[in-house]
Amino acid sequence: MKTFPIIRVVSKMLIPYILLFGCYVQFHGDYGPGGGFQAGVIFASGLILYGLVFGLGAVRSVAPPRIIEKLMALGVLLFAGTGVLTMLLGGDFLDYDFLEHHALPGILPTGQHLGLFLVELGVGITVTAVMTMIFYAFAGHVRAKKEPKS
Amino acid sequence: MMTAIDVAILLFLAITAVTIARIRDLWAAVMFTGIYSFLSASWMLLLDAPDVSFTEAAVGAGISTVLMLSTLALTGTTEKAAGSKFRPVPFFVVVLTGCMLIYGTLDMPQIGDPSDPIHIHPSPSFVERTQGDMHGLPNVVTAVLGSYRGYDTLGETTVVLTAGIAVLLILRRGKDDDTIDDPMATEQHGNAAASGDNA
Repeated sequence: MKTFPIIRVVSKMLIPYILLFGCYVQFHGDYGPGGGFQAGVIFASGLILYGLVFGLGAVRSVAPPRIIEKLMALGVLLFAGTGVLTMLLGGDFLDYDFLEHHALPGILPTGQHLGLFLVELGVGITVTAVMTMIFYAFAGHVRAKKEPKS
Repeated sequence: MMTAIDVAILLFLAITAVTIARIRDLWAAVMFTGIYSFLSASWMLLLDAPDVSFTEAAVGAGISTVLMLSTLALTGTTEKAAGSKFRPVPFFVVVLTGCMLIYGTLDMPQIGDPSDPIHIHPSPSFVERTQGDMHGLPNVVTAVLGSYRGYDTLGETTVVLTAGIAVLLILRRGKDDDTIDDPMATEQHGNAAASGDNA
């Protein structure tokens, strides 16, 4: 689809804003609508659009499957790790009140806010990675089927 | 109260649904499901549910449409023609089910009614307490999903991971998936493969 100038130019203009909007939904989710899952799918659809227009190889070099498949597990690890951290700090599993700290007040989030931030980040990473990996799996399959013919 | 835009979107949803059911060209049907998801996303935005609307637009209209198109590139693109004979029993079952569903909606409370069971039942104190508990974070939805119901969300995230692993186990074909880093190879096959634009 790289040969269609309108599709190429429009998606080239749109992709940065899609990714930026994904980040906004991720990190502003505590204040506005959105959160990890929404941000993850928006971010992944930005990557998938890039893959559709510029080819599977191009998006694979931006987001290598080896790294993405590790990010799938890393997100869940971050989520569960937050829970384990609150346990180590003396609270219950996922009791963010124990993340309270007094370093850089007003800049670093603290307590419940910090907990929500870490947890949503974990969800976002996992969802982005899983959606991208599923796209790779499907698109790689299609290519493998076509290769003998071409 | 229904405004003109509500009626228009619901009408378009109904038309799209009937079209999807009737059309035999699967390629067009997939595009219509994308349109259906996009209309649903607009409808959810009108119902003041932007979270759900984001998800529907990105997953329904975006990712699942792409995955369906990739699947069509692997299989066929036309559905077997159905017999045109009228079958009374399925027709009766469908009409009866539809009537029961519509009868069920008659018991639903009005949108935004403060005496809704959902506004009274678990405990309205969530909404009242969240300001103090969350250091003034205004989004109650995030507070409920991430903090009060953190276990549920952890479980859901694990489900997403499990689903991803299952898809990879089924669809992945050994090592050769990772070895395609050669720019020349991807130049030739990447486009057609990713979009399946052989239609």
